[in-house]
Amino acid sequence: MSSKNEMLDKIAKNKPPKNTLPELLSFGSGERKEWLEQFSASSALNGGTTIVVKSWEEIESYLKSKFDLDKQTVSLSPDLNGNLDIASILDPHDLEKVELAILEGTYGVAENAAIWMPEEKLAHRALPFIAQHLVVVLESKNLLPDMHEAYRKIDVAASDYGVFIAGPSKTADIEQSLVIGAHGPRSMTVFILDL
Amino acid sequence: MAKTITHAEAAEAFLKDADRTQWHDETLWHVRTKRDTAAQKLPEWEQLRENASKVKEYVLSHLDELLVTFEKNAKANGIEVLWAKDAAEHNQHVYEILQKHSVQNIVKSKSILTEECGLNHFLEDKGFDVVDTDLGERIIQFNKQVPSHIVMPAIHLKKKEIGDIFHTHLGTQQGADDPNYLTEAARNHLREKFINANAAITGVNFGIVESGGFVVCTNEGNADMGTHLADVHIACMGIEKLIPRKADLGVYLRLLARSATGQSITNYSSHFHRPRSGKKMYLILVDNGRTEQLGREHFRNSLKCIRCGACMNTCPIYRRSSGFSYNATVPGPIGSILSPGMDLKKHSTLPFASTLCGSCSDVCPVKINIHEQLYQWRQVVTEAGHDSAAKKWAMKIGGKVMGSPSLYDFLGKSARSALKLTPKKLVYSRVNTWGKSRDLPEPPKESFKEWYRKNRKP
Repeated sequence: MSSKNEMLDKIAKNKPPKNTLPELLSFGSGERKEWLEQFSASSALNGGTTIVVKSWEEIESYLKSKFDLDKQTVSLSPDLNGNLDIASILDPHDLEKVELAILEGTYGVAENAAIWMPEEKLAHRALPFIAQHLVVVLESKNLLPDMHEAYRKIDVAASDYGVFIAGPSKTADIEQSLVIGAHGPRSMTVFILDL
Repeated sequence: MAKTITHAEAAEAFLKDADRTQWHDETLWHVRTKRDTAAQKLPEWEQLRENASKVKEYVLSHLDELLVTFEKNAKANGIEVLWAKDAAEHNQHVYEILQKHSVQNIVKSKSILTEECGLNHFLEDKGFDVVDTDLGERIIQFNKQVPSHIVMPAIHLKKKEIGDIFHTHLGTQQGADDPNYLTEAARNHLREKFINANAAITGVNFGIVESGGFVVCTNEGNADMGTHLADVHIACMGIEKLIPRKADLGVYLRLLARSATGQSITNYSSHFHRPRSGKKMYLILVDNGRTEQLGREHFRNSLKCIRCGACMNTCPIYRRSSGFSYNATVPGPIGSILSPGMDLKKHSTLPFASTLCGSCSDVCPVKINIHEQLYQWRQVVTEAGHDSAAKKWAMKIGGKVMGSPSLYDFLGKSARSALKLTPKKLVYSRVNTWGKSRDLPEPPKESFKEWYRKNRKP
C-alpha cells in the first residue's frame, strides 16, 4: 500500500466524530481616518516608516533627500523614476546590487500595516527581499481595517505568489535585541498617497 | 538499554549558571507580557481563539478528505505533492528531489518538522551543504546544537557566546558582541549562500485546502530570499497544518505573531500557490506519528497547535530550565504532550515537568487544554510503569500509610522526632530530590490531631 493510502486509512480510522466548520468572522471596522493613524502606528512598531503625502512630487523630493538615487534604483511605479530597467533583468540573481526598490502596493491593513504585494506588482518575487531598501506607495483609499477584511477583498490565490509585507527585514535572535536588516531591506518606507 | 534522561537531570546543567537562568526566565517573561499587551488590544481576542480552535477541530475531524482535496488543488497549481509516513521517508523524498535536480547547495528556513525528521544530519552525511538561514538557527548550527525554543532558537545563548561563535566561523573581531555588528556579518555571509543555492527548503505555517497553496511566515525574509532565487523549492509540512479556507488565514495570522512575540503580524507572510515559470515546487506531507496521535482521544487536540511558542514563554518550568531540558524537538508544555506520543519511555518524565498551573492553556491561541493533557499523560506514564522506582515506592508506601489511621499517627509522631534528631546530611541525601534546592519546613511539635484533642476537647 502506498504511504498516501496508509496515512489516509489511519486517519479515517482514528479521526474524531465530525465537527462543523464555523462561519468566517467579521468585526466592526471603525472610521477611515482612524485606519490611517492605526496603520502608521503599526508600521512604526514593525520597524517601518509611514509618511502621508498629498502628491507624487512630495514622494520624489523625499526620496531625493533620503536615498542616493545614483545607486541602482528600480521603480515599478510609472510616476517615479528609477535607473535600472526591470525589463532587462531576466534572472533574479541580477538584482543583487539593487539599492532601492520602489513598488506600488495594492491594499494596506490598518491593524498591522501589512501591504498585500502580489507577484504582478513585484516583477520578480525576489525584488522586495533582495533590495537594500524598500519603498511602497499606497493610496489611502485602499486601506482596510483588519485581516478579515483583507481576505474578503483580496483573492490571494489569484496570484501565483503574493506576500503581506509589514515592515523591513528584522531579527531579534541575539539576546532579543531588535536589529533591522537581517537579510532583506534595511528600511521600509510606506508613502500613503492621500489625494 | 540506554538510561532515560529525566527532565530534572537535563535541567541541572542549565541551572548551574544562576545568572543565565535568571536572564532566561526574565527574557521569556518579557515576551509573555508583550503577548498580553498585543492580545489585550483586541476586544475580539477570545472570539478569535474560539474560532481558531473550532476551525482546527473541523480540520482534524475531516483530515483525510481535506488532504485529498488539498493535494488535488496543489497539483492543479503545478506543485508536486509527496506523502511521507515517517521521518525516514520524508528525508528520502528530499534526497531524491535533490539528486534529480543535481543540487549541491541548500538553504533552509526555519522548519521544526525537518528538525523533527533529523533532515540536516541526514543530508550532511550524504555530502550536501545545508545552511540554516534563520539567524538564530544559523548560530546554533555553527554551535552544533538544536533549537532550544521553536520561535527563538538561540534564546539559551548570550551575545558574548554568539560573538565567540561568529569569531570562529565568520571571522568577526574577537570579543565583539554588538548585535548589529554580528547580524551584519551573518547577513553578508548568508547573502552569498542565498545567491549560490540551488534549492531552498522551507516549512509551512498553513496549507490552504480550497486553493491548494501554502503560507510561510518570517520576520527576516529568509524563506523568501531562498525560494525566490533557487531553482527548486521543497516545502515540508505536517499533515495537521491544513486550514479549509483562504479567509481562515485572517484569524490565524492575527493570532500567530501576537501569541508568539506580541507583534501584530510577522513582517513577511508569503502565500505560495504556483512555482515561478520553469522552476520546481515540491510539497511533502508528513505523518510521522500524527495519525496515531489523532486516534488518542485525550491527546488529539494537541494537533491543533500552530507553533507560536506562547506556552513556552509563560511556563514557569520552561523559563527556568530552558528548552534543552526537554530533550525533544518541541520543548515546553506543548512538547510535553506531543513527545510522549512519539516515544513514551524516552519522554516519560516530561508530563511531570509542570506545575499544572494552567497558564499554557490560558495563552494557547487555539485553546489546547495543555495542562489537562499533561495530567492525563501522567496517568498513562504511571500505568505503563515508566515512572521512577523511587516515586513508585513512595506512592506505594504512601498509599498504605494513608489507608491506616493508626499507622499514620504512629509514623507522623516518629517522623517529627526523627527529623529533629537526624543529621542534616542524611535528611538532604540523594534520595530527597525535593531538598536539593529547598529546605524542609521546621517539623511541628505535635500533629493537628494532638493539638485538637488538647484544645478543643468538649
